[in-house]
Amino acid sequence: MLANVTLLLPELVLFIGAMGLLMVGAFATTDATRVIEYGAISLLLIAAIASWLQGDTVAQLAFGGSFIVDAFSAFMKTLTYLTTAVVIIMARGFMQNENLARFEVPVLMLLAAVGMGMMISANDLIALYMGIELQSLALYVLAAIKRDSLRATEAGLKYFVLGALSSGMLLYGASLIYGFSGTTNFAGIAQAFTVENGILPLAQVVGMVFLLAGLAFKISAVPFHMWTPDVYEGAPTPMTAFFAAAPKLAGMAVFLRVVISAFPDALAAWQQIIIFISIASMVLGAFAAIGQTNIKRLMAYSSIGHMGFALVGFAAGTEDGVAAVILYMTLYGVMTLGTFACILSMRRDSGMVEQVKSLSGLSQVRPFMALCLAILMFSLAGIPPLAGFFGKLFVFHAAIDAGLYGLCILGVLSSVVGAYYYLRIVKIMYLDPPADEANDPMPRELSIVAGALAGVCLLFFVYPSPLIDLAASAGQALIDMPAPDALLTGLFEATDAR
Amino acid sequence: MEIGLNHYLTLAAILFTIGVFGIFLNRKNVIVILMSIELMLLAVNINLVAFSAFLGDLVGQVFALLVLTVAAGEAAIGLAILVVYFRNRGGIAVEDVSQMKG
Repeated sequence: MLANVTLLLPELVLFIGAMGLLMVGAFATTDATRVIEYGAISLLLIAAIASWLQGDTVAQLAFGGSFIVDAFSAFMKTLTYLTTAVVIIMARGFMQNENLARFEVPVLMLLAAVGMGMMISANDLIALYMGIELQSLALYVLAAIKRDSLRATEAGLKYFVLGALSSGMLLYGASLIYGFSGTTNFAGIAQAFTVENGILPLAQVVGMVFLLAGLAFKISAVPFHMWTPDVYEGAPTPMTAFFAAAPKLAGMAVFLRVVISAFPDALAAWQQIIIFISIASMVLGAFAAIGQTNIKRLMAYSSIGHMGFALVGFAAGTEDGVAAVILYMTLYGVMTLGTFACILSMRRDSGMVEQVKSLSGLSQVRPFMALCLAILMFSLAGIPPLAGFFGKLFVFHAAIDAGLYGLCILGVLSSVVGAYYYLRIVKIMYLDPPADEANDPMPRELSIVAGALAGVCLLFFVYPSPLIDLAASAGQALIDMPAPDALLTGLFEATDAR
Repeated sequence: MEIGLNHYLTLAAILFTIGVFGIFLNRKNVIVILMSIELMLLAVNINLVAFSAFLGDLVGQVFALLVLTVAAGEAAIGLAILVVYFRNRGGIAVEDVSQMKG
């Protein structure tokens, strides 16, 4: 029993800490927002270190097999918690200026992070659902946190309605899978999900499709992307940064985990689905972003496109493919957070601006900010030798190895189309005349975050091996899961011991 | 006529479909959308409990109880967001939820 608790340590730290900070916020006589922000950041760092230390263990199960800790979960959780901590740092100045500095915000972000951790480590449909809901319920509130703004509340409402719809679809799929395999455990589902005479049982395929549709909603892959642009545009910018980074990492991790550990035999069935949503996301992300004038909306389409690129590696279904997805998501997180650090600095005397054209001539007024944003845009476009290029290189390499040539050709073409709107931003910043009103100087914490993340993108090629090795070992841990039999025997032994 | 698993599954499928269509076809009121979401989750619960009884396995009923609990939390948050939206907009008609487009 105690072994179970140590496996859950990062989530326990975050959860108990979040409850404690909530109490501090509720009962403090003076405004404790600052203290709670620092508290939340340190809790997230502790949780990130605790999950990092779990990385070198072999896969371990806890709580009757519903919770799994392996190198994959450790890496993705570390990344998610660090991302959340960086977002809290980035959000501080904005929240202060916009009169949104409430103690509930870091607490809700902590709770969302706990949900993401539970999702990433879920090895059972019930644990998966509870993790996703804990994350989503916190995110709905965060989207609508600016409660006197019509756009923010509308974003919250749309996010809520479509998120609840996706949860319903996920649950309906989960109920069918449970009914036809007799268990909610992923290893047990994998065992029950066997191909007979080359044909999968129809009910199980229907269940799987519903489950994948629900998960595709969470990573905003086409055709379940409708909420993304509106929510990104309407929500306060730091919350948009959060939505674009952490839940995407966790959502992709849970997508990988579910498909690889619960449906290993149904490769042919899910591969088609993944290829379709991957192509649709890449193409829509490339074309729909072209006409956007609001930079947050543009980033929404950009993130839809990037989810498509990450899914290219996933469609390969190989160990290299999974490692490439993990690497891609890591670099995507770095680039997105850096870009949002620049977007959060788009501030003038009259307030925050969100239009792409207000970046005009930025290089003459704020050269450092323009340089960071330009590096990040080149990287998002996938131009060598920046980090985004390597992310794309590895996913396409994995897909070529798996023989998915058509997918790769479409992917590269949409990457070329997508480069247009990223480079247009660079052109606006460097070649257009300066805007009437100068951009305020970058706040210090934002310039540190943007500079560091742009530096990572710029210098990734110098020493890429540590990250590539980490992604490879995480991918290997996911693919080389002990055979379902072994895991199930371990599970029953654990049950007997109790 | 003996009522078997198929009947329960069909009922759940019909309720789930009504729920999904309620979200997409409804043009009047956001409250109706909340009711449709609830209908979808309850359809799932019928599925889970029917499977649980049919399989003789308690996990489905545990799952159904957890879904009920989460549905209650979800409804609370949905209504709270709807209240703040109503304060800003002065109405909850579905056509009004269209500040952002494109």
